[in-house]
Amino acid sequence: MLALTIYVSFLGAIVVAIGLPANPPRLARIFALLVAAAGLAFAVAGFIAGMGQGSAVLTDKLWVPSMGIHFLLVADGISRVLVLLTGIASVAGVLFSWNIEQRANQFFAFYLALIGGVYGVFLSGDFFLLFVFYEIAIVPKYFLIAIWGSTRREYGAMKLALYSFAGSAMVLIGLLAAYVTAGSHSTTLAALAHAGLPASFQMWCFPLVFVGFAILAGMWPFHTWAPTGHVAAPTAASMLLAGVVMKLGAYGCLRVAMGVFPHGLDPWGFTFLGLGSWRAVFGLLAVIGIVYGALVALAQSDFKFVIGYSSVSHMGFVLLGLMALNQIGLDGAVLQMFSHGVIAGLLFAIVGRIVYDRTHTRQLAELETMHLARRLPFAAWAFVLAGMASIGLPGFSGFVAELQVLTGAWKAEPWWTLAAGVGIVVGVAYTWRALQRAFFTDSIPPPHVLEYEHTHKLDPITWPEYAGVALLLISTLVVGLYPRILLDQIEPAVKALLAGGVQ
Amino acid sequence: MSETITGSAAGFPLLTLLTTLPLVGAALALLIGKHARGIALFTTLIGLVLSLIVWIHLPANGTMGLVEVHPWAPSLGVEYHLGVDGLGALMLVLSAIVTLMSVDAAHRVHHMPGLYYGLVLMLQSGLFGSFTALNFFHWFLFWELSLIPAFFLIKLWGGPRRGPAATQFFIYTMAGSVALLLAFLALFLSTGTMDFMQLAAMAADGSLARLVTAHVGAAMPWLAIGVLAGFAVKVPLFPFHTWLPDAYAEAPSPVTMLLTGAMSKMGVYGLLRIALPIFGAQIAAMRTPLLVLAVATVVLGAWAAAAQKDLKRVFAYSSVNHLGYCLLGIFALAVPAVDAGARASQAAALNGVILQMFNHGLTAAALFWFLAMMQMRSGGLRGIDDFGGLRKPAPIFAGLMGIALFSSLGLPGLNGFVGEFLIFRGVFPLAWIGATVSVLGLLITAAVILTVIQKVFSGPVPERWQAFPDLHASEWLALAPVIGLMLLLGLVPQLVLSAVNPTVTNLLAHWRF
Repeated sequence: MLALTIYVSFLGAIVVAIGLPANPPRLARIFALLVAAAGLAFAVAGFIAGMGQGSAVLTDKLWVPSMGIHFLLVADGISRVLVLLTGIASVAGVLFSWNIEQRANQFFAFYLALIGGVYGVFLSGDFFLLFVFYEIAIVPKYFLIAIWGSTRREYGAMKLALYSFAGSAMVLIGLLAAYVTAGSHSTTLAALAHAGLPASFQMWCFPLVFVGFAILAGMWPFHTWAPTGHVAAPTAASMLLAGVVMKLGAYGCLRVAMGVFPHGLDPWGFTFLGLGSWRAVFGLLAVIGIVYGALVALAQSDFKFVIGYSSVSHMGFVLLGLMALNQIGLDGAVLQMFSHGVIAGLLFAIVGRIVYDRTHTRQLAELETMHLARRLPFAAWAFVLAGMASIGLPGFSGFVAELQVLTGAWKAEPWWTLAAGVGIVVGVAYTWRALQRAFFTDSIPPPHVLEYEHTHKLDPITWPEYAGVALLLISTLVVGLYPRILLDQIEPAVKALLAGGVQ
Repeated sequence: MSETITGSAAGFPLLTLLTTLPLVGAALALLIGKHARGIALFTTLIGLVLSLIVWIHLPANGTMGLVEVHPWAPSLGVEYHLGVDGLGALMLVLSAIVTLMSVDAAHRVHHMPGLYYGLVLMLQSGLFGSFTALNFFHWFLFWELSLIPAFFLIKLWGGPRRGPAATQFFIYTMAGSVALLLAFLALFLSTGTMDFMQLAAMAADGSLARLVTAHVGAAMPWLAIGVLAGFAVKVPLFPFHTWLPDAYAEAPSPVTMLLTGAMSKMGVYGLLRIALPIFGAQIAAMRTPLLVLAVATVVLGAWAAAAQKDLKRVFAYSSVNHLGYCLLGIFALAVPAVDAGARASQAAALNGVILQMFNHGLTAAALFWFLAMMQMRSGGLRGIDDFGGLRKPAPIFAGLMGIALFSSLGLPGLNGFVGEFLIFRGVFPLAWIGATVSVLGLLITAAVILTVIQKVFSGPVPERWQAFPDLHASEWLALAPVIGLMLLLGLVPQLVLSAVNPTVTNLLAHWRF
C-alpha cells in the first residue's frame, strides 16, 4: 500500500508533464490535487495497516545483481509517520498553489516528482536506492525555485542545489567506503549495518555521512541555504522544503548515519575543547542552531525570513533529540519532524500565499501599516494558532515533541536542555513580534487610510486556502491532543533501532 | 496512592462537561457573532449552575471528588486526571461568578462581539481546566489556554497603551511558564510521572528528593524556585508584579474583572495545589526570604495604591496588596508544626487564604464593574479627582459601590473581613514579625479606600455631575446578587468554610515541610 505512494506520484508527474496541456491551468491543478490526495490516501491506509506492526518489507527485487543493489522498500513506524507527513504536506501544497497560472502543468510535474522522491527516500531500505530518490528530490526543487520563485530566486536556487549536492557527495563517499570496507555483496542498509564495520572506520565515516545529511536538515553552521532557499521559493515549494525536504536530511542522519555507523557516536577516548565524541560535537551544534536560529529570526525585517530562520531553530530540536540517543529523545526527534513539517508548512502558507500574494510585500515595516487583522482576519487568526503551535504551547504537536526532546536531552546532557530552553523563550519572542507587527498594529488608522482600505479591498480568501489551513491545523491539533496516534508507531521503531546497535 | 488522596470516582464526567461547555459556547459565539452576547450569557449561566452542582457533590471529608482518570500518553507520564476538593470547587464557583459578571458588564462591546465573547469563554475554559486538572500536562494546557485569550482581549479592546501592556503581560507570564515547564521536566525525568497527587505522595514520604538527587542532581531547591517563579508572576509576588498595573489599567474593565477576579487566583491555587504539596520542604527552607517578599507585596502594594491618581490603578495596586495576604498566609504556614497550637494556626491561615481568594475575586471584580459604570457615565473619566459628591445625584450607585469598597477595606460584617482575619489569626503565632509589619498594609489600604470614598462620593457636587445618572433597574438587579453575596459571606462565612475546612484538614495532613 505504502509503495503505491511513490508510483502514483511519479506516474502523476509524467502524466501532468506530457499528457496535459498548459492551458487551462485549472486542469493541471485538479489533476495534481487528485494525485496528491491519492498519495495521502495510500499513506493513511498504510499507516493504519501498519498499526501494531513492526518493520515490514514492501518490495524486494534484485536490481543490479553485480553490485548487489536491491530495489528494496521497507517501512517501519518512523517511515510510516514521515510518509503520512509527506501526504499531508503534499495535499496542502497543491491547495496553496491554486493560483499558479504560469506553466502550471510543468510546475505540478516538478512538484509531484519531488513528492515521489521524498516518499521514496522514506521507504528505501537500500542505500543506493535511497540515494537515487534523494537526488531525484533535489533536481525538481532547483527548478521550482528558479522558475516560479521570487526574491533572488536564481541565487537561492543555486545555493540550495550546491549545498544539497555537496551534502550528497559526502554521503555517497561515506557509503561507498562502507560498502567496500564491508566487502559485502549487498547495498541494503541492513546488510551494511550488520557487516561488522570496524569501529575506527565508523569513527571517521560517521561524521562524513551525518554532516552530509545534516546539511539538508539545516544544521548550524551549514544552514545558510535554508533561509535564502525558503524565501526565494514559491509558497508550495517553501512548504515542502521546510515541511518535508529538511526531514529527508534528518531522516538520513537517523536511518543511515546512525543506523549504519552506530559506533561513530562512541567516545573518542580523548577530549578536544571539552568535546569527547561526535555526539558531543553534533549536540553542541544542534543547541547552537536552536538558539542562533531563534535570535536571528528575532532580528529579521522580512516576514518570510522570520519563518525561514525559525525552521533552523526547530530543526535543531530534531538533531538534539537524535544526539540524546535514548528512547524518549529519539521519539521526540521523530515526532518533531512530523510536527515541524505540519507547522512550518502552515506558517509558510500563511506568509507566502495568504498574505504575500495579496499585499505583495513581506516587509514587516510595510505590513504594519496595512491593518491586516481587520482586512484579513482569517490570516491573522490562522497565524495566531500556527504561532501558538510553533512556540510549542500544549495542545499542539510541537509541545509533546519538544518536551520529549528536552527530556531526552536532559538525560544525556542537562545543559543542552537549559540552553534549548533559552531558545524556546526567544522563540516566543520572535513569533509574537512577527505576529504583532504583521497583523495586530496598535495605531488607529486615520480616515483617509480607512477610505483607501475600503476602496482597495484585498482579495477574499479562497476555498483551497481554507481547506489547506484546516488540514494542517487539524493535523497538529490531533497529534498535540492525542500524541499516541503517532507515538504508538514511533516508539517500537525507535526501540528496534536502539536495540539494533544505535547506542 | 492512598485512598484518602484519590477520593471517590464519579460516574458522570461532570468536570469534563464543565470545562468543554465554554469551548462549545466560544465556537458558537464565533460563528454567530450577532448573538454572541446572548450565547455568552447563556453559557456562563449554565457554567455557574454546573459549578454549584460540583460544589454540592463534594466529598464531605475534604478529599478529591468527581475524579476522572483515563490514559492519555502514558510514555510521557500524561494521563487525563481530573478532580476537585473544596479548594478547587470554590475556585470553579468563583470563576463562574466572575465570568458571568464580566459578560454582563461587557454590554458596550460593539467591536467584533463574536470574537470578544469567544475569547472570554475560552478564557473561562482555561480557568475551569486549570482548577480541575491533576496532571501537569493537562493543567499546563489550560494554564496556557487562558493566557492567549487574555492577551488578545487586552491587545484588541484595551486602552491607548494596550500594545505594550499586552506584550509585557504575555512575555512575563510566558517566562514564568517556561520556568515551570523545565522544573516539571526534571520531576518527570526523575519519577516518570507528572501527576500532582503521585508527586505529592512521593514528596510526603521523602522519595521524591531522593529520586531527583539520583537523576538530576541536587536540584530540588532550583526546581522549587522555578515553580515558585511561575506562580509568583501570575499572583503576583513583589518584585514580579510590574506587568500588572499596566495590564489592569489598559485592559477594558470587564477583562480586568477576569484578570483580577479569576486569573490571579490561578497563581495562588498553583501554590496550594502544586508548589506546597510537592516542594513543601524546599519552601520551608526558603521561608524567611519568601515571607519578606510577601510582606513587601502587602505593604508596597498598598503604598503604591495610595500614590495613584487613576482609580483603575488604585484598585490594581490594591489587588496586589490583597493577594499579598494570601502569599503571607501561605509562606507563614510552611513550617513544621510542633504542637497542636501551631497546627491550629496553620489551619486558620490556610482557611483564611482560601476564603480570601474567593472574597478578593468577588470584591475586586465588583469594584472594576463599578468603575466600568462610572466610566460609561462620565465619558471615560476615571481619575480620583475627576469626581465628587456623587452620593447626591446617584445614591444607589454610591451605596452599592460603598459596600464593595468597605468589603475591600475588610470591614467586619462583610466578606473581606473573614479571610483577612483568619490569615492574621494564623500568621501571628507562626511569623509574628511578618504579621506585625503587614498590619501596616491594612492601615494604608484603609486610608486608600476611605480617600476614594471621600473624594468620589462626598463633598460638593461639581456642576457637570449634577445629573450623574444613578443605576437603572437592570444594573442594580444584576449587582444585587453580588452585593448580597458579600453581605451573606460576611455574616455567615460558615457557608463556605464548612466545605473548605475539611479540605484544609486533609491538605495539611498530607503536606510535609
